[in-house]
Amino acid sequence: MAIKKLGAQTVKFQNPPSIIGTATVVGPVEGKGPLREYFDLILSDFKFQEKSWEKAEKKMLKEAVEMAIKKSGIPSDKIDYFIAGDLLNQIISASFAARELGFPFLGIFGACSTVAEGLGIGAMIIDGGYADHIVVGTSSHFCSAERQFRFPLELGNQRPPTAQRTVTGAGAAVLSNKNQNPRITYVTTGKVIDMGAADPNDMGSAMAPAAVDTIVTHLEDSKLTPEDYDLIVTGDLASVGKDIAQKLLLQRGIDISNKYTDCGLMIYSPEQDVHAGGSGCACAAVVTFGYILNEMQKGKYNRVLLVATGALMNSTVVQQGETIPCIAHAITIENL
Amino acid sequence: MSKITQGQKEYLQLVNSLKPKPPYLKNIIMAFLVGGLICLLGQFILNFYVSIGLDIEKEAPSATSATLVFLGSFLTGLGVYDQIGKRAGAGSIVPITGFANSIVAPAMEFKSEGYVFGVAAKMFVVAGPVLVYGITTSALIGLIYYFLKL
Repeated sequence: MAIKKLGAQTVKFQNPPSIIGTATVVGPVEGKGPLREYFDLILSDFKFQEKSWEKAEKKMLKEAVEMAIKKSGIPSDKIDYFIAGDLLNQIISASFAARELGFPFLGIFGACSTVAEGLGIGAMIIDGGYADHIVVGTSSHFCSAERQFRFPLELGNQRPPTAQRTVTGAGAAVLSNKNQNPRITYVTTGKVIDMGAADPNDMGSAMAPAAVDTIVTHLEDSKLTPEDYDLIVTGDLASVGKDIAQKLLLQRGIDISNKYTDCGLMIYSPEQDVHAGGSGCACAAVVTFGYILNEMQKGKYNRVLLVATGALMNSTVVQQGETIPCIAHAITIENL
Repeated sequence: MSKITQGQKEYLQLVNSLKPKPPYLKNIIMAFLVGGLICLLGQFILNFYVSIGLDIEKEAPSATSATLVFLGSFLTGLGVYDQIGKRAGAGSIVPITGFANSIVAPAMEFKSEGYVFGVAAKMFVVAGPVLVYGITTSALIGLIYYFLKL
């Protein structure tokens, strides 16, 4: 019997795994944003001394993983698994980083929800007793994502106000069975939700119902209330999606407005010309590993619900007229 | 998904009522101003070529187009044209400078995949549809014109 399972979709850990080291790398635009003080490495150019955007993205991820392991104080040969994913076809940033890192590798794809999916799987492996130390990482790059999903960078097109900017960056965290804070206490794995949105320039509206479904299920399964949390943060709904999510939650009688924010809104300032806000795998990752965990260490927050959201499509199916299936995974991070 | 359910329909209505609209009036004015300025520049260039003795029927218009294509490509290479396009929208897409931009931008972008499968193969990824339907339409119009003249 699954003794750690709660309700429909949630897991509660018996020995909550801890996050013992994190690292973040961000691009030049994110490095000018309001959270710049919290990042470990800010790139001065998009190519990171590499020949292509893809190579630069892989290098960011590798760098973040190595830094996180170093900060955790765990020797590299004690890492049992490397769990990672990204936005590029066949998650090449993750697997090419894994090629150089040499850890046993589990590649995952959850689009921009990857960070929560990775932390959830990693925490379950550790609490299950299958590993002592796991490093979780994810990355995205504005330029590599633009060319795969949209248009060439130099094309003079106009974007609608609902469009979001893919965050250039990478984040990594080392999970451990060590007895220290902060810890992952609950994981709610999301279902794929499709409410019929089909506009790739408006991902926030497409993903909001998935975030709402996961938040509602998490609260039902865990018997926690929004009052139990100091902060509830979605991954990359940005301004449009965040308003919709808040409205949908209110319709269900759940008011989180006084403690709710979104990583896509935190990473850029409104003057940065990013339309609705940030998106991409790195968005939730660098905000969580940079800002949120730092503030948890200082005691500003003690229990945080991270709800990372992802749009599970590619440009081929969008051109074929498919609507966009979305997912959200929730992770409770707390100081016990 | 093939069929939209009632729940999806209601959700899309909610989204439409909440999502911000593009600043249409500002976009239209900017497109008018920038598009007009590009055409004005074209007129100056044409007048210049005529003044140095090029034939106004054939040589001067071709030289003007070539000059504008060069300017569009050059500004794309400098990373300026997308900045203009962001503000001017159709005003800088529709003129021939925009056509140059739509070919040079992917050519630059896909250089990392090599000169054959990158630059050459991807060069027309944006302009291709314009060429296909532009040439098809002009051929059809030409045909109609031919039969009307008979």
